[in-house]
Amino acid sequence: MAKKKETDAIFTPIGIESGNNGQIEKSVDLPDPTEKSHKDLGLSDDDAIKMFEQMFLQRRFEERAMQQYQKGKFGGFLHLYIGQEAVSTGTVHALNDDDDIITAYRDHGWGLLRGVSAKSGMAELFGKATGCSKGKGGSMHFANVEEHFWGGYGIVGGHIPIGGGIAFANKYQENDRVTATFFGDGAVDQGALHETLNMSQLWNLPCIYIVENNGYSMGTAARRHTVNEIHERAKGYGMKSAVFNGMDALTVYENMKNIADEVRKDSKPWFVEIRTYRYRGHSMSDPQKYRTKEELKKYQEIDPVERMKTYLIDEKVAKKKEIEEIEQRIEDDILEAIEFADNSDFPKDEALYEDMFADTPHFHDRK
Amino acid sequence: MAELQFREAIRDAMDEEMARDERVFLMGEEVAEYNGAYKVSEGLLDKYGFKRVIDTPISELGFAGIGVGAAMNGLRPIVEFMTFNFAVLAADQIINHASKARYMLGGQLNTPIVFRGPNASAGQLGATHSVAYDSMYAQFPGLSVIYPSEPDDAKGLLKSAIRNDDAVLFMESEQMYGLKGEVSDEEDYIIPIGKGKIKREGDDVTIVATGKMYHIAKQAATQLAKDGVEAEIIDPRTIKPLDIELIVESVKKTNRCIVVDESHPFGGLASEVGFLIQREAFDYLDAPVRRVTLPDVNAPFSKPLFDLWLPDAKEIIDAVNAVTYRK
Repeated sequence: MAKKKETDAIFTPIGIESGNNGQIEKSVDLPDPTEKSHKDLGLSDDDAIKMFEQMFLQRRFEERAMQQYQKGKFGGFLHLYIGQEAVSTGTVHALNDDDDIITAYRDHGWGLLRGVSAKSGMAELFGKATGCSKGKGGSMHFANVEEHFWGGYGIVGGHIPIGGGIAFANKYQENDRVTATFFGDGAVDQGALHETLNMSQLWNLPCIYIVENNGYSMGTAARRHTVNEIHERAKGYGMKSAVFNGMDALTVYENMKNIADEVRKDSKPWFVEIRTYRYRGHSMSDPQKYRTKEELKKYQEIDPVERMKTYLIDEKVAKKKEIEEIEQRIEDDILEAIEFADNSDFPKDEALYEDMFADTPHFHDRK
Repeated sequence: MAELQFREAIRDAMDEEMARDERVFLMGEEVAEYNGAYKVSEGLLDKYGFKRVIDTPISELGFAGIGVGAAMNGLRPIVEFMTFNFAVLAADQIINHASKARYMLGGQLNTPIVFRGPNASAGQLGATHSVAYDSMYAQFPGLSVIYPSEPDDAKGLLKSAIRNDDAVLFMESEQMYGLKGEVSDEEDYIIPIGKGKIKREGDDVTIVATGKMYHIAKQAATQLAKDGVEAEIIDPRTIKPLDIELIVESVKKTNRCIVVDESHPFGGLASEVGFLIQREAFDYLDAPVRRVTLPDVNAPFSKPLFDLWLPDAKEIIDAVNAVTYRK
């Protein structure tokens, strides 16, 4: 047998522009944030304050949810969005209220911005009947279809074609609505994405596919799980694309607004990579051994919530005291939501069989 | 009554529902310009145009999911698979999304979608093109599974399926597309999902068979009649929900039962019907329920092996002889 070269049988993924052969290193580089002010972007002072409020709401809701989880108030998975709040906030302001949004299992923030109250969200986490999905979905399946938030979905990449289908129906019904389908960087390796991009371009679907590249596909750094730059995948489909900073809500707003306007005008899909960072593990069971404390710290220095707060104060949009009042109000709301969730009833036994069918229900008995 | 081919009955059902409801559209591989791989959708493109009859790339997972999303957002898609053998690539969309979205979102949306296309084997297509999937999908709550055996059933049941507000799998046998049969010319002909039919009356043994197997069972019954054994054949038409009451009533009369099922033996329709009969009609049975299924092996290519693999009339006759203790 011929002597093999040392490198012959190494399957550690090397990834993008890396000579480190699988060594852990910073997962994404951030493009610069926008230099424009909220006014340059057509946002009022109230809008800017609202953006801060919404980011703080998501942050506090999840910090408290984590605490409740650790207290054993509920079980299951808990995938926290902490660190990524600028993406949801900037997007929701950029889209019309009847534009459609669908996402994966890191979905609390999206729900909170699209009509899921802190109470119904917390109750859903607790598995209570008063939850936004009646306690049937839990953390991964927040939804408010009435306000065009189609929900969180649990199979990596599985909801991407569904986002395409929502856009398909909008085009079919000629209602000018744009669909934004969000997914993590881990989902870019799924065939579902590629099939959907191809058909979306083929049929000119009015949709935006957005990778929230938070650097890690569970514990595998983006550089180690996928080849080439993610946004460049669009080239293979002749699709318009963009990559921008997701740690700054105004940057997200500016870009998503421009893209949504274009999609509404010409019904051509976009593929977008928003680079962001998640502070917490993939889920609560993740010991996070794949990254350094220094890396996390570096991102926390550019925290999106703090950034917006500082901006509001520096630009004299709001006084420090006003901000503190907002924070206190949100804190109170969330504590109230926890109390509400705690005091709410679990679904009744009959609920086990409810919501399965819209049409004639049929259940095979198990005797 | 008009005599129609199986494919024409399916086409008529789609045509009538598309004419009735703007939200109904057809998508799948080769359904439009090619007029359908098995000519089921022939002429629909000319009639309804490219908006409502849509050719897809070979991307089963992707277009099934686009169908699911469109169904959630107000449309009523008919998604045609060139065969359910390829639809395993789309199983995530059918099993994880179409059948679960409503429940896990607490009833906030509906998924009115029909997945249809040929099921099971044709002649000598090898192991990957010869599997029957009706029993597999029947395992999952939230899905209805229909496997008709005659054009009349196909038309009435497909119209019901398209109007159903939940996900339905409608399976057709490739070998039956050319089969002719009388189809009701009643206006807006509907057969409710979940109702079986006694297709041949008899007192000596009950034979349960769906899809293509119904026709094999019919051959067996004709043969058995020459020997003085009158078989009652029941076609449940819908695998799930299953009309077990109709089967049990028949078994109470005949005291014997054979289930003919185009799936593999483990955990399929035959096993389920056999179980339910022992539960519901134990005291009426004069012999254990027998099943005639595929063997627990993959489809072979070679003609003699393939013929051996697929259930035939002789196996049904043998099973009847066993339960009637005749041979």
